[in-house]
This record gives sequence, structure tokens and C-alpha cells, in this order.
Amino acid sequence: MAAATHDALVDMKGVTKRYGGVTALDGVDFTVHAGEAVCLAGENGSGKSTLIKILSGVEQPTAGTISINGTQHTNLNPRVSAAAGVMVIFQDFSLFPNMSVAENIAFSTQLGEHRTLFDLSRARKLAQSVLERIGVDIALDARVESLPVAHKQLVAICRALASEARLIIMDEPTTALTEREVRSLLAIIRKLKEEGVAVLFVSHKLAEVLEVSEKVFVLRNGKKVAEGPAAEFDAASLTRHMTGRDVPEAPPSAVTEGSKTLLDVENLTKVGAFADVSFALKAGEVLGVSGLLGSGRTSLAKALFGLVAPDSGTIRLDGEAFALGDPIAAASAGIGYVPEDRLTEGLFLTQSIARNIAVGRLDAHERRGFLDLGALMSEATDWLTRLKVKAPDPQAPVRSLSGGNQQRVALARWLSRAPRVLVLNGPSVGVDVGSKADIHDIIRDLARSGIGVIVISDDLPELLATCHRILVMKAGRVVDEIAGNSVTEDELAHRLAS
Amino acid sequence: MSGLLPQGFWTRNETLVAVVIILFCIVATLSDPLFFSATTLTDLLRASIVLGILAVAAMLVLISGGIDVSFTAIAVFAMYTTTVFTLAVAPELPWFVIFALSIGIGACLGAINGIFIAGFGLPTLIVTLGTLSVFRGFLLTFVGSQRISALPPEMRDFSRMMITRGTTEAGNFYALPWAFAALVFVVVLTWFILHKTMLGRSIFAIGGSVESARRIGINVRATQFFVYVYVGALAGLAGIIHGAMGRMADPFSLVGLELSVIAAVVLGGARLIGGYGTITGTLLGVALIVLVQNSLIVVGIPSTWQSVTIGLLILLGTGLPAWQAKRAAARAA
Repeated sequence: MAAATHDALVDMKGVTKRYGGVTALDGVDFTVHAGEAVCLAGENGSGKSTLIKILSGVEQPTAGTISINGTQHTNLNPRVSAAAGVMVIFQDFSLFPNMSVAENIAFSTQLGEHRTLFDLSRARKLAQSVLERIGVDIALDARVESLPVAHKQLVAICRALASEARLIIMDEPTTALTEREVRSLLAIIRKLKEEGVAVLFVSHKLAEVLEVSEKVFVLRNGKKVAEGPAAEFDAASLTRHMTGRDVPEAPPSAVTEGSKTLLDVENLTKVGAFADVSFALKAGEVLGVSGLLGSGRTSLAKALFGLVAPDSGTIRLDGEAFALGDPIAAASAGIGYVPEDRLTEGLFLTQSIARNIAVGRLDAHERRGFLDLGALMSEATDWLTRLKVKAPDPQAPVRSLSGGNQQRVALARWLSRAPRVLVLNGPSVGVDVGSKADIHDIIRDLARSGIGVIVISDDLPELLATCHRILVMKAGRVVDEIAGNSVTEDELAHRLAS
Repeated sequence: MSGLLPQGFWTRNETLVAVVIILFCIVATLSDPLFFSATTLTDLLRASIVLGILAVAAMLVLISGGIDVSFTAIAVFAMYTTTVFTLAVAPELPWFVIFALSIGIGACLGAINGIFIAGFGLPTLIVTLGTLSVFRGFLLTFVGSQRISALPPEMRDFSRMMITRGTTEAGNFYALPWAFAALVFVVVLTWFILHKTMLGRSIFAIGGSVESARRIGINVRATQFFVYVYVGALAGLAGIIHGAMGRMADPFSLVGLELSVIAAVVLGGARLIGGYGTITGTLLGVALIVLVQNSLIVVGIPSTWQSVTIGLLILLGTGLPAWQAKRAAARAA
């Protein structure tokens, strides 16, 4: 064991970091060896970003020691850390969109040499040699802004290599990549490992990189909760360690016998998106709508709320038809819609949490032309507690919340309007595993209280955990209807794909 | 044929502006054959000296991701204060000392912008809007508000130094002053800084992404500070040349020109979001604005239409490439 730590590339011992009263990292031991790929897993707030910041010298630990290449550093700063070969590739890659590929790769190297003059031909030569080293062909003079995401990531990797990286830390490396791009990234990582470069993947979605990794390291609430060879982990066990609970969720309890039909959709058609969609939703029922991307599920969801105007068909709520293609009519009839992309469609990111909830209730709190701000805000904060939103301050901007809490705020806005039917498009997209289960709890609770819920999703465990029935769409038509408690995940996957 | 040209040549601002300039010259020559002459050329070159130096300065700020509206106030402050000081203390100073004085004053005022922007991290537009008023108010209140036409003799002499002069076949007088060399010098120096030094590349880098620049270890504050000092110095130079060539130190001049200068730079392809801008484009933008300001009448458009024309050119010159880019993006999606 002593020998193993001796030749460790990075060796952190008992590292603790406190911000004021909050302990972000608590006595964490962490080692990486040359040529090794390590997965650092953890949910948002588990301390993984703090660990990266300490390794890259951006933050100083409150206690503990860090050794790089056997040298113990007491005062690590970004420059020292970079000189020792620790390079971070941030999720946004930190490139210069307006500059060429060659400059992006070679600039920090020349900066490190404290030169006065910029040597373009040397920059090009260096960039070319690094690109060849990882076996990638990208035009040296192309502006980085014109490159696809996967190439930007490669440029960022090349930049790290150009500065003689010995440990490359990659923050959420696969989120923006297609499956094929992930595979070619993994091939490059294998090549780097053979050359003795170590790689640290930091993510809450690690199943994809497990196959190239030697070691897995899981953080939860600032503490190391699991560590071991990658072969001993799979997606399920990672989730269990990250959340600290066994996630198998209880399926929803059955719909009350004889509950009446709430929403009745008949022959809804929108040319080019969906055709002849008919279904009924009972009070207290959760109906899943699934299908592959482009199957028409999102257009259907939007049509229910009037964001897409159907060409023909009717939607009745409590037996009464309302104007189609008009979100205001849909909302006043009692339909709520939480969009898939909260960030651009659902929330006012820079506005406060309380205001984001209150905005849906402005009409209800009007008193002779003036707004009863006190009542409005106390109602909003009341919803924050009911949905267990972890917010330090209801006046803080929504942007400052985690994905799971943002989704709760979006839900709270609709719930405060007491909707009859709630359409949730991708309720747990971009939410971490723990909050996901909480959101599913909320959905089941809503149904129990008599609201009809429609969940649009391609996340099979989510559908099984929340839905009584699942409609499968393909090429704009409902091709299958499945009772939620009658299938396993594999069967559902099979029926979706067929 | 298109293989010889760099990629995207036809959709660049530079190309568009150059085409408009050429069309303008063709139409002007057709309606007045005398337009195409050494006289017109030297007139236009002379008119573009001050605007050109200021535009190069403004371009540098835009590339760094900021915007500076105070440079005209710096120029007039430096010019007028230098003149007053020289007249009061040593009227016989050689012209290059007077120039150095004005450049120095400009650099100091630029450093004030730099302290607020690089030191305290305040937004560039707000800081320079503030200093624009402060510099101008300070000048008129404490230095003076009288027009001075009796300039130090060396300044007068400077404006008479000519690179070339003569009479055209049509009998018109033409002359190109040595002051034009100052523009050439500024262009060469700025080009060298921007493209051949780490400092210049850092200016592009922080314009592209401040956060990324910080992460790879660029000294963002020092780079920004340099930008505003350099812009101040160029403004001091432009100011003193303006005074010398106009044979008058007028504390009310120049201020108000800043938006035309920024317009010229934007026409030339610099983007307000930072990170983009070329000297060629900036000079073409200046050329177009100078043409419009001086020769609109030749193509039969009344000079009262000047600002409308410049406004339309900006809408066209910046709107067209932006629209093309948007269409290209839509096609790609």
C-alpha cells in the first residue's frame, strides 16, 4: 500500500474544505496513478466540484495534504497545479470561439513560456503534432466557433496535452456528445492512458465511461462513500452509492374505482406531427406518453396546452370543449404544462424563486387594480415548503437552484393555480438521481389528490414508476397502449422499439 | 477563381464595404468626372487621419470585449490642455515634444478609464459614459472654453509639412500632409501589437471569453488596463493632429464624433460582443464614412442626408452579414 501511494501521480490525504459553516469536503483521501482513468461520481452538491477546484489550485483546502508527483504542495495555485501537469477541461471547454484551432491549442503553452511575441508558425507546429498524437484531423486555421461540439472538446483535450498534461480532469465529458462521439472519445482516452496520461472523469452520469476506467470513487455530502475497481460497479450500484438509498420505486397505487373521465381527446391531428390521437384521462390517473424522438410526443404535449394548434379534433375537459391552439384558454380551462426545457421555456432564470411561482397567480391576487403583494408572496413561499424546495432564500434567483429544485419551482407555479390536468414534458430531464425520485413522489401525490397527470418521457424507469397506463407513439400515431403494472422495463423497451 | 479567395470572402463585412466604396466612386465619377482626381484623393485621405486613428483605437476596445465612448473627450482634453500649457510655458517647443505631451495626457486619462474598468471591474460603457462627461466638463470648467487660433508656431508649421503637393492637369491644387504618416504609423504599430505579440493575442482572447482567458492564466486586468491606456494615447495623438490641421484649439470640437467612429468600426466587421475586428475592415469603414461625409453631394444626394445615409449603411453593412449568418445557421440545423 505504501508503495502504491509512493508512485501516485496525485495523492490527496484527509482533504477538508469548509465554506463558512458548510463542509463541502470532509476528510477525503484520493489517489490517481499515471495512465489510470478514474471516475469521480456524485450528485450536485456532493463535493465533486470542490475537489476539482482544490486539485486545480483554484481553492485552498481547509485541512489535508496534496502531493503531485511525490511533491507535497502546501500552497497550490492554478499556475503551480498546471505546471505540475494537472489540467481541467470544463464542461464549457473554456475555449476562445473567435480564435483559430491552432491558437487555442498552443496559446497557453506560449503564455507559460513568458514570451512577448506570439509565434504563429510554432503554434501551428505544436497544434499539428498534438492533433496527430491523438489521431484527429481538424483544420488548424478553422475558427473554434465553427466546430461541432465534439471537435471543440478534442481541441480542449489537445490544449491540455500541448501543455504536457499528466492528469486531465474532464467535467461532465459526455453530456453533449452523441453515442458515436462518445465512442471515439473513449478510443482517444485509451490511447492517452497508454502514453501514461491519467484521466479523471467527473460526472453524475458515468455509465458510459465505466468501460475505460480502472477505478470508481463516489462522493456524497462531501464524504467518500465508495471506492473500488470499476468492474465492481454498474449504473445501478453507482446510483445507489450516489443517492444513498435503494431506488426501486413503488409503482403508483391503483386509480380509484369509478373515478370520472377528466380529459377526453378525440381524433386530434396536426399534419406532419401527429394524427388521429384519441385517449381519455381519468381523475387521479397518470398517463404516460412515450416514443422515440420525432414520434410526435412533444408536439402532442404542446397541442394539449395550446402551444401547437392542431388542424382537427377536439379536447374536452369535464365534458366541455375549449378553444384549441390557445394556451390562455387551456390554462383557464384548468390545464397546466411544464415544458421539457425549463431553462428557456419554463422559468425566468434571473428572477427570484418566489416571483417565479407567484407569476401564475397575479390575477387571483388583484385588489382593485393593485396587487396584494403580501398574500401573493406568502402563497408562493407556502408552496416552496409544500414541495420541499431546498432554497436558501425565496428571493434568490431561480438560476441559483439545482435542476431538481428548479423543476419543483416550475411545478409549484402550476400547482398554485389548482389545475385539473397537468402535462409534464420530461419531468426529470437534467435532474439528479435523488431529486428524480422526489419528483416521482410528487407526481404520485398529485394523482392521489385527484389531478390527472400526463407524463411525456422516454425514461422507462420513470414511466414505470409513475404511470398507470402508457401510450406508445410512433410516426405521429398512438400504436400501443400498455398497462403500467403489467410490464417490466425490458418488455417496455422492446415494445417501444418494435 | 473562388479557390484563390479565403473562405467566406464574399460574405465578409470588408468585402461588402469595399464594394459599396467602389460603387460610390463609380457613380461619383460618372456624375462628375473631376471626382476621380488627386485632389479628391488627398482631400479624403486628409479627412481620414483623425477619424482613422480614433477608429483604430475604438476597434481595439471592441476586440477586447468593451466599448469606449470617452475617447473623443480624451482627444479634445489632451489637445486643448497641451496647447494652453505650451502657450503659457514654452511656446517655442518643437512639435514632437508637443505631440508627446498630448499623447502623455491622453494616456493618463485612459489610465483613469483603465483603473475603473480593469481595477474595479466596472462595465466599460458606464465607466466611459461617465468619464466622457467628467473629462469634458473638467476641461471647459478648469482649463478653458475659449477657442485659440494663435497656436504655438511649431504646431502651425507641422500642419504645413507636406509629403506631396502640386496642381492637377485640371488646375486644382492637391496636397497630402505629413500628418498622414501618423495614421500609417498607428496602423502598423497596432497591427503588430494585435497579431505579433502575446499581448495582442490576449486582447483577442479576453474578447472571446474573459472566463476562459482567466482560466489559462492570462492577466486579464493588465491586458484591459493596457487597452485603455493605449486608446487614451491614440486619442491624445488624434486630438493634437486635429488641432494642428484645423489651425485652431477648439475645446468644443470632436466630442459628438464618437458614435460615427464606432459606426465606422462596426461597419468594418468588428462585433460589439468582442473578439472580432480587423484593421482592414476598420479602415474601409472609415473610408466609407469619410466618403459619405465629404462627397455625398457629388452623387446628387443633399448633404443634409448625410446621417441618414450613414445610418442606412450601418443597417445594411452590419445587418446583411448577420442575416446571412442566420440563414446559414438555419440551413445547417
